[in-house]
Amino acid sequence: MTDPKTEGPLLQMRGVTKSFRGARALDDATMTVGRSQIRALIGQNGAGKSTLIKILTGVYRRDGGEVLLDGRPVDFRSTAEAQAGGVVTIYQEVNLVPKLSVAENIFLGRFPKRRGLVDWATMRAGARDALAKLSLDIDVTRPLGSYRVATQQMTAIARAVSLEARLLVLDEPTSSLAEREVETLFGVMRSLRDSGVSMVFVSHRMDELYEICEDVTVLRDGRTVAEEPLASLNQYELVSKMLGRAAEQVASGARAAARPRQQAEPVLAVSGAASAPRLKDASLAVYAGQVQGVAGLLGSGRSELLRSIFGADPLDGGTVVVSSDAAPIRTPREAIAARLAFLSEDRRAEGIVPHLSVRDNLTLALLPKLTRRGIVDRKRQKQIVTDYIARLGIKAQADQPIVELSGGNQQKVLLARWLATEPAVLLLDEPTRGIDVSAKAEILTLVDKLAADGMGVLLVSSELEEVVSACDDVTVLRDGVSVARVDVERLSEESLMAVMASGEAVPSADSAPNKDKSDD
Amino acid sequence: MTDLATRPAEVSALRRIDWPTMIRRYGAAAVLALLVIFNIIFTENFLDLRNILFVQLRQAAPTAIVALGMALVIATGGIDLSVGAVVALSGQVTAVFLLDGVPPLVALPIGILVGLAAGLFNGTLVSRFGIQPMIATLVLFTAGRGLAQVVTGGRIQTVNEPIVEFLGLGVIAGLPISVFSLIVITIAIIGVTRFTPAGTKLLAVGGNERAAGLVGIRTKWVKTMAYVVAGGLAGYVGLLELGRIQASDATNAGLNMELDAIAAVAVAGTTLAGGTFSPGRTIIGVLMLRLLQNTLVAHGIPREVAQIAQGLIIVAAIYLLRRSRDAR
Repeated sequence: MTDPKTEGPLLQMRGVTKSFRGARALDDATMTVGRSQIRALIGQNGAGKSTLIKILTGVYRRDGGEVLLDGRPVDFRSTAEAQAGGVVTIYQEVNLVPKLSVAENIFLGRFPKRRGLVDWATMRAGARDALAKLSLDIDVTRPLGSYRVATQQMTAIARAVSLEARLLVLDEPTSSLAEREVETLFGVMRSLRDSGVSMVFVSHRMDELYEICEDVTVLRDGRTVAEEPLASLNQYELVSKMLGRAAEQVASGARAAARPRQQAEPVLAVSGAASAPRLKDASLAVYAGQVQGVAGLLGSGRSELLRSIFGADPLDGGTVVVSSDAAPIRTPREAIAARLAFLSEDRRAEGIVPHLSVRDNLTLALLPKLTRRGIVDRKRQKQIVTDYIARLGIKAQADQPIVELSGGNQQKVLLARWLATEPAVLLLDEPTRGIDVSAKAEILTLVDKLAADGMGVLLVSSELEEVVSACDDVTVLRDGVSVARVDVERLSEESLMAVMASGEAVPSADSAPNKDKSDD
Repeated sequence: MTDLATRPAEVSALRRIDWPTMIRRYGAAAVLALLVIFNIIFTENFLDLRNILFVQLRQAAPTAIVALGMALVIATGGIDLSVGAVVALSGQVTAVFLLDGVPPLVALPIGILVGLAAGLFNGTLVSRFGIQPMIATLVLFTAGRGLAQVVTGGRIQTVNEPIVEFLGLGVIAGLPISVFSLIVITIAIIGVTRFTPAGTKLLAVGGNERAAGLVGIRTKWVKTMAYVVAGGLAGYVGLLELGRIQASDATNAGLNMELDAIAAVAVAGTTLAGGTFSPGRTIIGVLMLRLLQNTLVAHGIPREVAQIAQGLIIVAAIYLLRRSRDAR
C-alpha cells in the first residue's frame, strides 16, 4: 500500500446523497479534488452546489455516500470539526465579525493567551504574518468592517491559512469584487496553490473559471454530470452540461412563427437600464400580444432588470417607457399605476402574506380599486376571487390561509393577484420555479393565452426550454449587459446557450452547429 | 444560491385537531371562563352587577384600550413601550391646562393630540428612520414620563373640574365611561379593519412587508399610522386616568400599562412577529390577566405571588405560540 498522505487525490466525495423533508437535493454527487489543484464547481440554481459544500464543511450531514480526505473517511459534524480537519469555507459575504479587529477575526476562537489573559501582542504579530503571506499590509487593529469587501475576504483567507487549511472552499468570492480585486484574489489563489493548498472555486462567471481553474465538476439536479479538465470543454459545452442539453440532442421547441404584434409601438421599451451592482446596460422592447423572454446565466442581472423596471430596485441609468409614457417609475406604486405587474421569483419572501387568506392575498394589489368611498366592496371581491379560482384552476377555498396551499397553487394565487389588476405588461420572474410539472404547464398555457388576449409579457426563466417554447423573441443578458436578441427564427436552446456562454450572437461553427444555418 | 433545502415546503392542511393552535387561540378565553366560574362559586358578591361593571371591568378598561393600540402596533411587527408614559403625559398636560383655567373643551382634545403626536414621533422613528421599534419607543418611555414630571413640577394637585369628575365617575347607558369607551373603540376598530382596506393592509405589512411594498401598499405610512392610533388611544386613556385619580400624578398614571398591554396581546395568541390582529382576543387577554390578579389577591394571596402567576401564564402563552402552526 502506498502512503495515502502523498499519493492520490486530497478529497474524494463519492455517491453523496441528501434529502430535505423528502425533497432530494443531492443524488449521487461526486467530486474529486487533487493536491495543489483549483477545481471549479458549477451548476444552476438548485443543482446542489451549496448542499455539497455544506456537507463537505460539516454544516449538513450526508444521508449516504462517502467522503475521503487524504484517503481516510471523514464525517464532519460541524464547521469546527471541518476546520480542524483542514477544510475551510470562504463565503461570498464574509461571515466574520465586522465590529472586531482584523487580528481578532483571524484568531477568532483561538486567541493566543498568556497566564489566562489574551496575549494581544502575539495576536497582532500573528495576524500581520498571516496577511503578509498574502502580500497584504494593513492595520490589523482596525475593525474588519472598516475595510472593503475584498480586504475582508483576504482576511478570511488569511485566517484559513493560519488555520493550516489544506482545502479552501471559495463560494462565489468574486461576485462582489471589482475587476482589479479579482486579479489580486487570483494571484493569492495561485500562490496558495503553489504552496500546496487545494481549492474549490464557485463562480458563475465563465471567463473566471477558465482563468483560474484546472478542472471542473458540474452538478445538475443533484448529480455530478461531468468531472473533467477544463481544457477539454469549451464554454458552450460547459454551459450545455450545466443546463442539461447536449448540443446534438436539442430539439427545437420554438414556435413556428412569432405571435402578431397588436400595436406598432412597444408597450414597454427599456433602454440602457442600469442598477448597481449587477445590471449595467440592458435594452429591450415588449409588444402587446407577444412574450418577450430574457435569458442569461445566474448573476447576469435578469431579476435585477425586472425589479428596476418595476421600481422595486432603483434605476440608476437608462429609461423605461410604458405605453409611450416616459414618466419615471420610482416605486411599485407608480409601476402599478402605469399598468405594470411584477411576479417576483421569491414566492415566500416577496409574494405570499402567510397569515392572510387566499381571498386577501389574491386581491391585495386590487384593494384600491375594490374600495368605494373607503369601504371594500366585499361582494365584488368575493366574485373576483371565485372567478380566478375557477379560471386558473386553483385548488383552494377562498378563506383558507395561503400557506396551506401547495407551491403551484400559491403561485397561481399570486399570478391571479396581478391579473386581477388587468395589467398592460406582465413581468414574470421565474414563474415556474419550485412548482410541480402540471402546475408549470398550466402556468405556461396561461401565459400563452394572456399574450393572445393582447397583454405584453416579459418572461425571465433559467429553464431554457421554457424560454424557447414560450417566447417570441429573447434578449440575452450577460454580466448585466443585453448582448444579443434572438428572434423566433433562430430561437433554440442551443442558440441561446451559445450567446449566454460567449456573449456573441452567432455561435462559431465548430462548437455549435447552427441548425438554421445548415438548413439554408 | 438557492438549493432545494430552501424551497418552500408544501404545507398540507391538517384535518385533525391541532391542540397547540386551539389553546393559543382560545386558551385565554378558557382560562377567563374558569376564573369566572371559580369566582362565582368561591367569591362573595362576585356576580353582583356593580362588582362586575364598576370594579372588575372599570379597572380593566383603560388597559384594554391601550392594549388594542398595542395589538395594532404588534400586528405590524413592532412594539410600543411608550404608551404608559404617554398616558401620563397626556393626563398631566391636560391637568395643567385645566388648572391654568383653560376651558375643558380645549384642554381635553389637547390631551388626545399629545398622544397622537407621540405616536407620530414613534412611527416616524420606526418607519422613516428604520430604528428598531423597541429602541425607538424607549425614547418616549423614559422622556415622556420625565416630561410629564416637568409639566406638573412633580406635584400632585387636585383637579376640580366637573368634566374630569364625569370622566371618572360618570355613567353612560348604565356603564362607567371607561367601559363605554372601550366598547365604542372596539366597535370602531373592528369596523375599520373589517370594512375598509386598512385591516388587510395592516396585516399585509406585518405579515410580509416586502410583498406589501410590491403590491403598492405604502408600508411606511401604514406602520406610522399604527403608532399614531396607539398613541391617540393612550392619550385618551390619559384623560380617563385623570378622571379616575381626579388629580395630576405624573409618577403613577399609566405606570406599567405598556407591560400589561403587551402581556395581554401575548396571551391572546397574537404573533409578536406581526401579521395577526385580533381585538376580541386582546380584550379577553386583558380581562383574564386582570381577573387572575384580582382573584388571587381576593383570596389572600400576596400581590407579589400573584404577579409570579401572571408571569408563568405569559411564558406558557409564548411557548404555545412557538409550537402552534400558524405562528410563523
